[in-house]
Amino acid sequence: MGVMKRMSGILQAKTNKMLDKAEDPRESLDLSYQHLLENLQKVRRSVADVTTAKKRIELQATQLQGQADKLQQQAKDALGQNREDLAREALARRAALEPQLAELQTQHQQVADQETKLIVTSKNLQTQVDAFRTKKETMKATYTAAEAQTKIGEAVSGISESMGDAGMSVQRAQDKIDSMQARAGAMDELLASGALTDLTNPVDDIQAQLDQVSATSTVDDELAALKAEIGSGAPAQIGPAEGEAPKGPGGAPA
Amino acid sequence: MIVRILGEAQFDVADTDKSTLDNLEHALNAAVEGHDETAFASALASLIDAVRRTGTPLAPDSFTSSDLVVPFSDATLDETKALLEEPGGERT
Repeated sequence: MGVMKRMSGILQAKTNKMLDKAEDPRESLDLSYQHLLENLQKVRRSVADVTTAKKRIELQATQLQGQADKLQQQAKDALGQNREDLAREALARRAALEPQLAELQTQHQQVADQETKLIVTSKNLQTQVDAFRTKKETMKATYTAAEAQTKIGEAVSGISESMGDAGMSVQRAQDKIDSMQARAGAMDELLASGALTDLTNPVDDIQAQLDQVSATSTVDDELAALKAEIGSGAPAQIGPAEGEAPKGPGGAPA
Repeated sequence: MIVRILGEAQFDVADTDKSTLDNLEHALNAAVEGHDETAFASALASLIDAVRRTGTPLAPDSFTSSDLVVPFSDATLDETKALLEEPGGERT
């Protein structure tokens, strides 16, 4: 037996579980309608769950991206101060964040797909709820005909199959959210523990070294200017006239 | 015959198009049996494409049972195999 027939059997088995063995077929119409309403609620809750999960991933991705951007900027600053070693370190740390970002993007796509599908399922079910409400009353009114009994059976089976399908869609989305939540939890812990944030903390080691380089180079400049003044007695950059009052670094008036 | 694509919709496919679906389903069956992930993805995509192309979508309020059911369009091989082990999915 092929996959399609076997799938049909599986859906049928799920459907049969849902079908109420009501004495009166008219009663089964009302019960099916109740199930349909509950089903719709379940799908709507699932849409909300998926949306929440998606937002959580977006938040994490924003945090990680911010850290990556900061490391990129630090690499630039380091190069500006001729500290290639520091730039290399910053870029290496940024590269280490890439797989995490890529993973988040994949998760985001998966969850967004589930969201789109569930919204369609929810809309279809809503249409069915509205149509079934009218149809069941019509069927109940014409119930006396033997033909109507068969029609009720068909309609109830059809609607149950739709609910079976919707149930499988919800289960599938839930499975995806569950596995994603576990990974998202691990990522949250990682972000909170500082294992990632320490890298780009304002007082992190790269930043501290960059700040130090910057401070050292200012001192070096000033030292050089002073040495030039004292050493030659007539430093070129300070001016040709002897006996003049010493000037500050960079030629600014004292 | 009525064909349902899980998570999407039902389609009314003419009996004259059944052989087309049968051929595509053979490829899907073989991919499942041979546990070939790549072949499975392409066979499933072709089958779903054929159902959409040859079938007429049923309105969501038609309340009809399906003769055949196609897995979710983005189903993985592992997921499908697990599903086929559920009650009602027996081979015979």
